[in-house]
Amino acid sequence: MTPDEGGSRMEPRAEPLQGERQYLRFSRLNRILHVVMIVSFMSLALTGMTLKFSYTAWAGILSRILGGYETAGYIHRMAAVLMGTIFILHINDLARRKRREYGSWKALLTGPDTMLPTKRDLKDFVGSLRWFLGMGPRPRYGRWTYWEKFDYFAVFWGICVIGSTGLMLWFPELFTLLLPGWTINVATIIHSDEALLAVGFIFTVHFFNTHLRPEKFPMDIVVFSGRMPVGEFRDDKPAEYEALVNAGKLDEHLVDPYPPIVIRTIRAFAWTALGLGFGIVVWILYAMLFAYQ
Amino acid sequence: MQLTSFIVRRYFLLACLGLARGLSGAVAQENSDCLGCHGDRSLATQRGGKSVPLFVDEKKFGTSIHAALPCVGCHSDLQGKELPHGSPPAKVDCGPCHTLEQKEHAESLHGRAIARGDQLAPRCPDCHGYHDIVAVKNPRSAVAPQRIPWVCGKCHQEGSPVQRQRVIHEDHILTNYSESIHGEALLKKGLTVAATCVSCHTAHTILRHTDPRSSINRKNIAATCTKCHSAIEAVHRKIIRGELWEKEANSLPACVDCHQPHKARRVFYDQGMADADCMKCHGDPGIRASKGGRTLFVNLGELRSSRHLKTACSQCHSEVNASRVRPCETITKKVDCSSCHADIGALYQKSTHGMLVAKNDPNAPVCNECHGTHGVLGKRDPASPTFPTNIPDLCARCHREGKKAAVRYTGTEHDIIERYQESIHGKGLLKSGLTVTATCTDCHTAHSVLPVASPESSVNPGNVPSTCGRCHHGIEEMFNASVHATQRGKTDKRLPVCNDCHSAHTILRADTEGFKLTIMIQCGKCHEAITKTYFDTYHGKVSQLGYTKTAKCYDCHGAHDIRAIGDPKSHLSRENVVATCQKCHPGATRRFAGYLTHATHHDPQKYPFLFYTFWGMTGLLIGTFVVGGLHTILWLPRAIQMRRKKEMPRPEEGKA
Repeated sequence: MTPDEGGSRMEPRAEPLQGERQYLRFSRLNRILHVVMIVSFMSLALTGMTLKFSYTAWAGILSRILGGYETAGYIHRMAAVLMGTIFILHINDLARRKRREYGSWKALLTGPDTMLPTKRDLKDFVGSLRWFLGMGPRPRYGRWTYWEKFDYFAVFWGICVIGSTGLMLWFPELFTLLLPGWTINVATIIHSDEALLAVGFIFTVHFFNTHLRPEKFPMDIVVFSGRMPVGEFRDDKPAEYEALVNAGKLDEHLVDPYPPIVIRTIRAFAWTALGLGFGIVVWILYAMLFAYQ
Repeated sequence: MQLTSFIVRRYFLLACLGLARGLSGAVAQENSDCLGCHGDRSLATQRGGKSVPLFVDEKKFGTSIHAALPCVGCHSDLQGKELPHGSPPAKVDCGPCHTLEQKEHAESLHGRAIARGDQLAPRCPDCHGYHDIVAVKNPRSAVAPQRIPWVCGKCHQEGSPVQRQRVIHEDHILTNYSESIHGEALLKKGLTVAATCVSCHTAHTILRHTDPRSSINRKNIAATCTKCHSAIEAVHRKIIRGELWEKEANSLPACVDCHQPHKARRVFYDQGMADADCMKCHGDPGIRASKGGRTLFVNLGELRSSRHLKTACSQCHSEVNASRVRPCETITKKVDCSSCHADIGALYQKSTHGMLVAKNDPNAPVCNECHGTHGVLGKRDPASPTFPTNIPDLCARCHREGKKAAVRYTGTEHDIIERYQESIHGKGLLKSGLTVTATCTDCHTAHSVLPVASPESSVNPGNVPSTCGRCHHGIEEMFNASVHATQRGKTDKRLPVCNDCHSAHTILRADTEGFKLTIMIQCGKCHEAITKTYFDTYHGKVSQLGYTKTAKCYDCHGAHDIRAIGDPKSHLSRENVVATCQKCHPGATRRFAGYLTHATHHDPQKYPFLFYTFWGMTGLLIGTFVVGGLHTILWLPRAIQMRRKKEMPRPEEGKA
């Protein structure tokens, strides 16, 4: 899913283990939130798609595996509640960090680690295009690249749009006390198509951009472990690396790597999510291209 | 008697002869002139060596019905002749006055015998007398009812020349008659209205029973008997219309088949055509037909426990002839049940089964194929093959796949027996034992079985609602008020009837999952576009996944009582739509009912909001993917390049 803003810089040091110390990119809360979000999102996607593509044989099978449409609906709503909780926890985390580290929203939103798009992002974007086309060097990306910021706000937007329309579909009797009945139909279309966009985008573009880029292949697990090797950090985010080195603060951000068993567990989970995501993409493509009704 | 009149005649003729000689030249021909000679008691003549009196009793003649007539009125050949006449006058011809009777008599058995010169054949005076003829109604008449048996019996009694020398099939006629109920009534009880010989044989038109004009011909016998026994068919066969006995006498037993002529008694079937007579031969278990060798044994026990226990053999095997030693040897046709079951027979003849029989199709079932023969039982008897629970098996004999009726069937219904057994009707009948459940005959009828295409068929689409409505009456009423009823539907397309949704033989309980799901397909067969849009909605999508809890066509539109939305009685009329939604959504309001249950985002005219929302979202989706996808694809070569570079210097922990 999306990388979240700002990992805690003050991760307490564990006992030094074997191997090189690593750069800590994501806080524990953000890592947990990402894992929970994966679970929530996958559940939402699977249960929701059974309805959207109910005309495929697959949907019927899956719906039965999930315990029938009522159970699937229940899972969908509970996963949505989970997603909402994640959203609230994240906003809450932002507010906490504003208080502790920035003092004001302005400082948080305009600081060097801001998630808001900046002029520099536009420069990076143009620079990236030039680099892709062989017209210049790789831009020296900072802590949050423009595509990471795009992913972040896409989720913000998605949660608002899908969440609000989802509530309408969940409580149509309540909403039609105020809104005309046909708005439920509109909500259905928005909910369904926005979900398709989210699912499609995350399981293709996001997967590629953040997890499956050839240089990261087979998988970048930084969002689960929170850690990345210093060398990789230096290559990937040169601007942030240099800023930390120049400020002499790099060492504060180094932690001991996880033991291999943890890494293996993370990989197992990540592969499962990835496989599920790709499965859903294949199903969507099949449903839309070959079985569309 | 005959002898006496013979003698009288001779005397009379002789007297005439003498008179003619004595009165030659005289012209006056008063009766007194005749009686001048014939008034003499001793007047007689010799004829064939016998003395024949020629006396005419003036007193008797004076009281006769012909008293006013002159002698020469009858003895017309003496008219104008000189009396006494020399030669014997010609035989009196009654014809000039009694033209009709004369004509009838001439055509009758007796008349033709006379024409043949049969000396034994009776002429008018043989029955009616000579000068003393009185009115038939006069008790003194020779042909008064109570005398008739003796008048006829003169010739038709044992020992008479007629009985001995001529071919008369009946024997002991007079004896039998006098012992019969008619004879007893007439002779012992003096009931002059009781049937005498002429009541059945007529007085003058006596013909052989084989003559179609004869009153005792098979065809006419019923008419003859019913002259007196006018309401007899009500006593005998309530269901036969009166005229059937006369019209179809050949297929019905005639009165005399059971009530032997001359022997008729109130005691029924004691003699002659009684079952006991048939059972003399047919009670033998070894009896076989000479042709084909099929058994002709009749199990009397079976017959006694059958529906026809009070029906005599001859009532069904009607062509028997009681005057034969083997009365059954005259039988040429198979038993025709429609003799009694006339209405059913008429229905059957119009049915496919009946029409095939008429074409001599060997596969076609006749009555006994389903009902059995001597052991026929009522349809309410559980042992009967026509008892409801036995009907599927009964029809299956021919209509099961591969059997003789099924192999010639070209329609779309197959495995009907198996399907029926699995249907709600079949389960109700065969598993739950509900004898009121519809069986084959409830829908197809028992005797009017016709193909679907026939407009008269009970299963023709035009008749299906009323056929099903015989049990499902309430449904039929609702259906007939619905848009699907032919009398209400405003379309030239074929409207659905019960079996279009419920199927013919595979009818399922309407509350089973399978039925609930397939019914949408059924609606969709005609309402194609609207069904498609339904499947675009949440209700439709859940249904399509195979769940039945969300609203399906009939949950909103009704099942049998579907009406146009504009009809105030429609479930979806403005008055009712909110209540309809509230069946599932208790909190539904009028705004809620504004939900578009058949919404499609493909119709910008009808649903602009949906159309533009959909294309707005689709644009967003495509735009995002194009940008994101292009970005990724452009990135790919560089990323691969980076990886190659990276693989050189140092292995990294993250990629272990």
